[in-house]
Amino acid sequence: MTATSSPTPVLQARGLVKRYGQVTAIDGADFDLLPGEVLAVIGDNGAGKTSLIKALTGAVVPDAGEIRLNGKPITFSGPQSARAHGIETVYQDLAVAASMDIASNVFLGRELRRPGVLGSVFRMLDKKRMRQEAAEHMADLKIGLRSLTQSVETLSGGQRQAVAVARSVAWASSVVVMDEPTAALGVKESGQVLDLIRRVRDKGMPVVLISHNMPHVFEIADRIHVHRLGRRAAVIKPSDYSMAEVVAIMTGALTVDEAGDTVVADSEAAKAAGVQAT
Amino acid sequence: MTATTTPYSDLKAPTTARRLLTAPTTGPLAALLLACAFFSLSTDQFLTGGNFSLIVQQVMVVGTLAIGQTLIILTAGIDLSCGAVMAFGSIVIAKMAAEGSLPPLLAIALGLAVCGGFGLLNGLLVQKIPLPPFIVTLGMLNVAFALTHIYSEEQTVTNLPGPLTALGETFPLGNTDITYGSLVTIALFLLLAYALSNTGWGRHVYALGNSAEAARLNGIRTSRLTIGIYTVAGLLYGIAAVLLISRTGVGDPQAGQTDNLDSITAVVLGGTSLFGGRGSVLGTFIGVLIVGVFRNGLQLMGVASIYQTLITGVLVILAVTVDQLSRKKAR
Repeated sequence: MTATSSPTPVLQARGLVKRYGQVTAIDGADFDLLPGEVLAVIGDNGAGKTSLIKALTGAVVPDAGEIRLNGKPITFSGPQSARAHGIETVYQDLAVAASMDIASNVFLGRELRRPGVLGSVFRMLDKKRMRQEAAEHMADLKIGLRSLTQSVETLSGGQRQAVAVARSVAWASSVVVMDEPTAALGVKESGQVLDLIRRVRDKGMPVVLISHNMPHVFEIADRIHVHRLGRRAAVIKPSDYSMAEVVAIMTGALTVDEAGDTVVADSEAAKAAGVQAT
Repeated sequence: MTATTTPYSDLKAPTTARRLLTAPTTGPLAALLLACAFFSLSTDQFLTGGNFSLIVQQVMVVGTLAIGQTLIILTAGIDLSCGAVMAFGSIVIAKMAAEGSLPPLLAIALGLAVCGGFGLLNGLLVQKIPLPPFIVTLGMLNVAFALTHIYSEEQTVTNLPGPLTALGETFPLGNTDITYGSLVTIALFLLLAYALSNTGWGRHVYALGNSAEAARLNGIRTSRLTIGIYTVAGLLYGIAAVLLISRTGVGDPQAGQTDNLDSITAVVLGGTSLFGGRGSVLGTFIGVLIVGVFRNGLQLMGVASIYQTLITGVLVILAVTVDQLSRKKAR
């Protein structure tokens, strides 16, 4: 990393540790998400990227290390506390209520009530306002759906994911984390979701994208955080490296030195992967 | 996304006509009206105010149970214990008022608390252990059934003080006599229908039935919600116990033995899915009336009661089939 005055990371972690008995899931991991970027987090199965993301979204409490949000140290007691600080997570495909309509899903768990006695005593929902605001959020991200009163189960997989993304963007004030958002989708729908991620970024909302799909990562990420053996192995720009090199970093065949050059760490593995030091 | 513009054609609520046509209660309502038309043509005693008042009286106990049953089925659960819990509640109320010399209102409060307690216990077992609702409530069915017979010593409790049967009294509406109990049942249906469709709590019930995991990830406190639903259902069974006493005028340990299945029948006939997340309390009201109309109409036609049971059974299987097929189509 060069010493130019880099902006304060939106979400930052230093030396995170999480142990489960004998197993160390996070082993002194660092993390930096810069304003307005799409940061992809990749890593082999078991590298600990899920644990890292859980720590950053409050789903697990780390044993050691520090998390900073917009430069200020912070601790999350649970997912609710991370949400309260504007960190929203889009889960693979679990988190929509299929028989409910789009507006209800956008406002699920955060329903708006009517003003006055109707809302306070009779607990009456303000359905009209929720529909209007949901429509604004969808329009904001240029998500074209015929009707907000259709149930989510009538939507395609990509559209459902779009609803989930719109919901998270509507409530996120700092960060949107997306866990494998294209894993369950076909080629065309994946493309639509990638477009959507771009529009989220263009609104100025930083995105953390966890993905196994290397072409998707290379297409959309501004930077790639490569996770290996419970810690950050490298942060790279996709334009500087080939996919084969990134995979080699992921598997430990290559490492990245201070200057950003790759160094062969495991010559046999590197040979097998067809990559070499720069 | 392919669309760059955003053609939200119906930001306003859908038109009344469209809503009526697509509502899940349309099918059950059509079935109810068809049944009414059939019985009106078959027997001239059917289409009278007095007979309809009678039908509502006949179904108000099962109807009140079915409200609680609907809440639980909406969460993809089931409650086999409702009739037995109600029977126990009614014996507690009757014995406390008649023999324990508690003031009637206090006896009723105690009965509601006992039934609510059963609901709470069901909810805790389903949520905290967790156990399948089918097994928990099957066990609770036997517990409540046994307690009813132990506590009542197999005796029907008679000589109840007046206030206990007050809801069984009638007032005239035009030239038809309506019981106050019928009004209580209808009011409960309206109350729960409102709560389910117009409050955040209602939304959360549906979300829980769709996917407990999704509800949890959206910040809904699913554990509290589930336990609360079972408890509310228990309280409804307590109210059903009061209605039962008001209708029969005694505390009967044999009461309510088939009411668990009858309430499930009504819920299913009303279009609520056994898989959770879809359905409504108003649908259940229609379902209850379908059962009541069939029983009443067949009775008036002189059909033996065992055939009424047979036909109800066929109706349930039909209703579940329709539910399953429409779910398949929705995918």
